[in-house]
Amino acid sequence: MAVDPTRRTLAEKVWNAHVVRRVDGEPDLLYIDLHLIHEVTSPQAFDGLRDAGRPVHRPDLTLATEDHNVPTLNIDLPIADPVSRIQVEALRKNCAEFGVPIFPLGSAEQGIVHVVGPQLGVTQPGMTIVCGDSHTSTHGAFGALAFGIGTSEVEHVLATQTLPLKPFKTMAITVEGELPADVTAKDLILAVIAELGTGGGQGYVLEYRGSAIEKLSIEARMTICNMSIEAGARAGMIAPDATTFEYLRGRPHAPTGADWDAAVAWWSSLPTDPGAVFDREVVVDASSLKPFVTWGTNPGQGLPLSASVPDPAQIADPGERSAAERALEYMDLVPGTPLSQIRVDTVFLGSCTNGRIEDLRSAAAILRGRTVVDGVRMLVVPGSVRVRLQAEAEGLDQIFTAAGAEWRHAGCSMCLGMNPDQLAPGERSASTSNRNFEGRQGKGGRTHLVSPQVAAATAVTGRLTSPSDLPDAAIGASTNA
Amino acid sequence: MDKFTTHTGRVLPLRRSNVDTDQIIPAVYLKRISRDGFEDGLFAAWRKDPDFVLNRPEYQGATVLVAGPEFGTGSSREHAVWALQNYGFRVVISPRFADIFRGNSLKGGLLTIELAEGVVERLLAAAEADPKTEVIVDLQAREVRFAGETVSFELDDYARWRLLEGLDDVGLTLRHTDVIAEFEAVRPAWMPKTVTR
Repeated sequence: MAVDPTRRTLAEKVWNAHVVRRVDGEPDLLYIDLHLIHEVTSPQAFDGLRDAGRPVHRPDLTLATEDHNVPTLNIDLPIADPVSRIQVEALRKNCAEFGVPIFPLGSAEQGIVHVVGPQLGVTQPGMTIVCGDSHTSTHGAFGALAFGIGTSEVEHVLATQTLPLKPFKTMAITVEGELPADVTAKDLILAVIAELGTGGGQGYVLEYRGSAIEKLSIEARMTICNMSIEAGARAGMIAPDATTFEYLRGRPHAPTGADWDAAVAWWSSLPTDPGAVFDREVVVDASSLKPFVTWGTNPGQGLPLSASVPDPAQIADPGERSAAERALEYMDLVPGTPLSQIRVDTVFLGSCTNGRIEDLRSAAAILRGRTVVDGVRMLVVPGSVRVRLQAEAEGLDQIFTAAGAEWRHAGCSMCLGMNPDQLAPGERSASTSNRNFEGRQGKGGRTHLVSPQVAAATAVTGRLTSPSDLPDAAIGASTNA
Repeated sequence: MDKFTTHTGRVLPLRRSNVDTDQIIPAVYLKRISRDGFEDGLFAAWRKDPDFVLNRPEYQGATVLVAGPEFGTGSSREHAVWALQNYGFRVVISPRFADIFRGNSLKGGLLTIELAEGVVERLLAAAEADPKTEVIVDLQAREVRFAGETVSFELDDYARWRLLEGLDDVGLTLRHTDVIAEFEAVRPAWMPKTVTR
């Protein structure tokens, strides 16, 4: 098929607008518009600068926040774990020494790095955004090319504001039709990952498009782009549109006046040209989707909640079969068990995937007038201080605490087993986070990835539950209206 | 970064797919602020099992890790590369690596080699049958040699050159500060800044 080189995809347009230097046989040198940093993946990068006597080239395009290590209780006290405390203090010292702005614990702007950037409006369409964190793909919801990097690359961006990179391939994930009422962005992305597998996106930027994507809010789009990495993709993107512009208008770092008009004109030129060719295309029928959960130990091991634990004996590929056997052993699950019969000990609502205000609202709508069942603990962890304050202004915290859930301070919390919020060995969770790897939420912990709505319904029954399967489903429906 | 030309070493056969970076080094071990000392966290959960391959005496001193597909998925933590290097690994071979892990490893001088699933299977089988199985990894020739077999691998010329020379990217890029300055001069002024002046 003839390819018209003047017709470009969103990803190609953003890439081409940032090429500083292009030479045959070498990677492109790409300019980076925004570099987000946090305490875990930056200390060795700052050491590298110090050893070489180099400054941070553009501290005004760099932003730091504390999220991975921070406790979500007693945040007025010093961090109890001395090693965590040293890491957080190192970030503060490095930011002071190199002139990088930082939102420390206790600041009104502190929170998970991928929640903070968008809410401040520093995340904008057409930008290149990097962070030493794989979930940087979140920012692609705005039509930015955003991807995670390692610490050597963090040092490279600090020193030069650029990265040498080989172009990514492009994949269209076209989602047409109407999402059923009980299906969320989280269910959609879990279904896409199950379809692609954990390596299916390797080397690609995924562009989510189609009528079902266009109808989604910016926060729902962030949930989808956030988990692109779980399919192995470097980045996920969604074309900027009126929804994007409305979200950005008036944010602290959004352009104003004539600058706003200039920005919108450029942003409006970014969507993929009609006739542009993707390296791969996948089509998803939105109306066929159902609430989705994971049963195994990687995010590709998921099924509709109405299904049963799969039987490895039915899997033809020997590698996948032994992976499934291992996963079921770790998860302590028996093939054929209905997923809706799996009992959990803990429910975690939060993370850069589902810790934003809409996530809290949708879970609260289900918990209003209901209670967390005895024997289950539920942690509700806002993604940022701003999200927490907004939720409190709306009375959501009252709904959560009245139901028996714990209302926490902002941070990565139980997503990754690095701070005090962890599963005990053998404990099982329903979690709105992004990874169900062995031990991800604490050594020996078992994780089922779910949407905020399924998390809330699961807290009520103590087993994996879709809100529409709650015996008194009308409660949520009426208060939601 | 140390130069990488040729490496000869014994194989650690890790017959698992989707070895994610949380398995390579769990988050709780990421709190160090130096680049060394991460070997204690390498495969920390799996190492609790005395039968885990890394604990078996016959594989002590192996420097070439061979594993199933989708090695290094998940988190961008470069600590995963440091943990493997700190423990003594120089090369990882898998049918497929996650992008960020691959990038991190090549930047840090840990050579990651993608070989076809059938070749990886033969390599795993050889090392399982005879723990003394040695592999020669020749970056100059882009070849892996073991048990009478010679297999080519792909690595782009630029990445290979950097590894052979032991060059670090920051130094290379800083040769082009002039073009970076030219690019910055024409960036739209309305693009966001993180500090207000």
